[in-house]
Amino acid sequence: MHPGIIFFLVVLGSLLFHIFTPWYWTDIASNWVGMDDTITLTFWVGGGVFIAVCLFMVYCVVKFSYKKDRRAEYKPDDKKLEKILTVATTLGVAALLAPGLIIWNQFVTVPKNALEIDVMAWQWGWQYRLPGEDGKLGTTQIVNINDNNPFGINLDDPYGKDDVLIQSDLINLETNQPVKILLRSVDVLHNWYVPQFRAKMDAVPGIVTYYWFEPNKIGEYEVLCAEYCGVGHYAMRGGVEVQSTEDYNQWISEQETFNDYIAKQENIELENKKIAKNNNFLLNKETYKEE
Amino acid sequence: MSDEYENKTGYQAQSSETISSGGRGGGSGTVPDADHVRPAEIPEQDLYHGHSFITKWVFCQDAKVIGVQYFLLATFTGIIGLILSWLMRLQLGFPEAAGFMTAEHYYQFVTMHGMIMVVYFLTALFLGGFGNYLIPLMVGSRDMVFPYLNMVSFWSFFVAVVVLLASFFVPGGPTGAGWTLYPPQAILEGTPGSGMGILLMCISLILFVAGFTMGGLNYMITVLQARTRGMTLMRMPLTVWGIFTATILAMLAFPALLVGGLMMTLDNVLGTSFFMPTILKAGEVLEYGGGSPILFQHLFWFFGHPEVYIVALPAFGIVSDLISVHARKNIFGYRMMVWAIVGIGGLSFFVWAHHMYVSGMNPWFGFFFATTTLIIAIPTAMKVYNWILTLWRGNIRLNVVMLWCLGFIVTFVNGGITGLFLGNVTVDVPLSDTYFVIAHFHMVMGIAPLMVIMGAVYHWFPLVAGRFLDEKLGKWHFWLTFLGAYSIYFPMHYLGFIGVPRRYFEMYDSPYVTSAVGMNEFISVAAFIVGAAQLILIYNIIRTLKIGKPAGHNPWQANSLEWLTPSVPPEHGNWGEKLPVVHRWPYDFSVPGAKEDFITQTTPPSEVTETEVEKT
Repeated sequence: MHPGIIFFLVVLGSLLFHIFTPWYWTDIASNWVGMDDTITLTFWVGGGVFIAVCLFMVYCVVKFSYKKDRRAEYKPDDKKLEKILTVATTLGVAALLAPGLIIWNQFVTVPKNALEIDVMAWQWGWQYRLPGEDGKLGTTQIVNINDNNPFGINLDDPYGKDDVLIQSDLINLETNQPVKILLRSVDVLHNWYVPQFRAKMDAVPGIVTYYWFEPNKIGEYEVLCAEYCGVGHYAMRGGVEVQSTEDYNQWISEQETFNDYIAKQENIELENKKIAKNNNFLLNKETYKEE
Repeated sequence: MSDEYENKTGYQAQSSETISSGGRGGGSGTVPDADHVRPAEIPEQDLYHGHSFITKWVFCQDAKVIGVQYFLLATFTGIIGLILSWLMRLQLGFPEAAGFMTAEHYYQFVTMHGMIMVVYFLTALFLGGFGNYLIPLMVGSRDMVFPYLNMVSFWSFFVAVVVLLASFFVPGGPTGAGWTLYPPQAILEGTPGSGMGILLMCISLILFVAGFTMGGLNYMITVLQARTRGMTLMRMPLTVWGIFTATILAMLAFPALLVGGLMMTLDNVLGTSFFMPTILKAGEVLEYGGGSPILFQHLFWFFGHPEVYIVALPAFGIVSDLISVHARKNIFGYRMMVWAIVGIGGLSFFVWAHHMYVSGMNPWFGFFFATTTLIIAIPTAMKVYNWILTLWRGNIRLNVVMLWCLGFIVTFVNGGITGLFLGNVTVDVPLSDTYFVIAHFHMVMGIAPLMVIMGAVYHWFPLVAGRFLDEKLGKWHFWLTFLGAYSIYFPMHYLGFIGVPRRYFEMYDSPYVTSAVGMNEFISVAAFIVGAAQLILIYNIIRTLKIGKPAGHNPWQANSLEWLTPSVPPEHGNWGEKLPVVHRWPYDFSVPGAKEDFITQTTPPSEVTETEVEKT
């Protein structure tokens, strides 16, 4: 077979694969349709260029293959043609870049009504914190983290006490409510990624990073860590459930606040002390007996 | 001092005219003015001639031998990288058959595969291998300007490889931090090889950079200072332009990697906190604080992005020459090609943060880096147009060399287009850290440059060994490799659309990745076939060395100087008695009126008076 034909089949096969592939976008469940649209646009422009270049190459290979008595054309350059191609390429690139930058502008501009969610990552898990009645998250510090303060909230920060703590890798979101994901990590890089929401961002120890999206499809989704974080990376999963407003309000009212948590911990501590005292007492008794 | 030179060397000895360059009146010969070439500015260099086996073949100062040494050692590490990729594909496609492999192993294989292929295979092969062999021959020099330094360069690379491979045998094994080596995880427990492994990796990289600097100085200064008479910069083959520009990039980019590796080693060993913020690990706050993990990423990608072009630019240059020779046509738009190489090289220092759109750096950087990244597509596209316009109305020999070039065009355009996806910041957000990225960079900086390397091997083997590689075996090798590699990476993009993240040891049964299982098996099988197909080349080389068809002088009817040495393969000193004198660019193919369809660079204008040469 002429090599040109095989190359032609490769191009044709690529095109058919793209049209008939069963593997494509997981259905979108957020406001970032613009990202998908930009990708579709890039497919049209880029795919067109790929096919055009390859078909032209195939044509040349078939048409101008070696003949002993023929000479190639001698033409070192063609200023006009080069100019046309440069301008056309520049226009094509600009056509891709413009929508890209417009959507990026939306991506970096967080809506004012976005609900802030603190996503805390570690090797290897997630937990979440939502603002309480005051609508604000309390500030945090890694060195504050201990059994009594799993999120490291600054105890003298008045905004922190009513924060809603979700010590689980599952979180619920309200549909059509924009959320600003505030990411932090206590050890290494992580990345809170839900393919259906399209957006992602690294969690970096030492700083708080963010991104926003608006979930708009009720359902359950899997959270994946998308930045390599050591040997447990592939197992660092979580979950999101997008709910209707009523269901969401019901759910959030059942969650405990930092205040609840402190009270509970104090109770437990008290209990523990009692138990320990008791144990000590029993232990002493036993030791006494044995002696 | 006499400025009279005889131009009758080697291949040109059939020429009946005696030509000297004494155009300024003092010469004895009758020289047409058109043939005048400026006299040499500096005397010829003295070369050290090896006498024993060790000085000739081991600690050798001949750039050609050093080039072959680089080539063989880089290929050896490349084969290790290939085997590691097989193990990874085994785990991804057939996890039940890879029961011996733990997640630790997998991440170690991923890391070592990446680092080996990018640095120790591709960079060493293009610059150390092709650079050493071709630069002195193509610019008409007897050797590199600093032969001793050149030898030390190779042996530093050798030690770097030994240290790298030694990390397989230390406690904890090699580092499993991913080839990007991002701290803090690279040096914390929780990542395999976070002790000795990462330490040896950093040491090995530092040795590599030191060795590379010695070689790089040689390539740059040889091109700038040791070109033969008449070899102006704008008469250099594009191969030399590509390697030369890539060397400059490497000299500016590698220091960023060097300091990054050094600072991380200090964090690791001495407990400094360049890249280490306050960290809570297993309930305890570590003794670090105030460092920035993102700083490392900036340093790494300030190296890492130019690194892509350090690999790509030599490939661009080489493929231009191969296409031109085998299409029997001048490269289209030579001047544009040179400026595109230089332009891409310059721009490549202003795009690094497109690897970091979702790294947590200030998101406003996205606007700047998306713009610069897409601008770099313009000169790159021009190069592609010029390659296919070189084929247009050519007289194309469809031999194995040309097949590799065509394979390069297809894979490079494919990988370049997916670069437009990832460079355009918005589109990168859903696709980054997925299999789309893996497919993209393997296509554009793995497979495409590999196609060029293979084409170059088939093209220059007759020069290096004096015999042709077998065409029939070569065609099998090409089609298995090209079709196989394409069917690995083309469908892989679609895994990225599904959302499958990269660097996952196991997918479990995520609802949207179960459909990918079939594709993963297919890709793995293709990967096994492509890897095994490389045995054809090894067999072909061994067979050719024994019974291959002798090539003789200038077997491809090329124009550039490396084919015009008095002996094939070229000997130490390259040119025998007299250095060649250059009268034209290397792309005078199919010139109207000329007897043959090629005019070598050393042919003086007076010998081809009947022809309509447009460009010299």
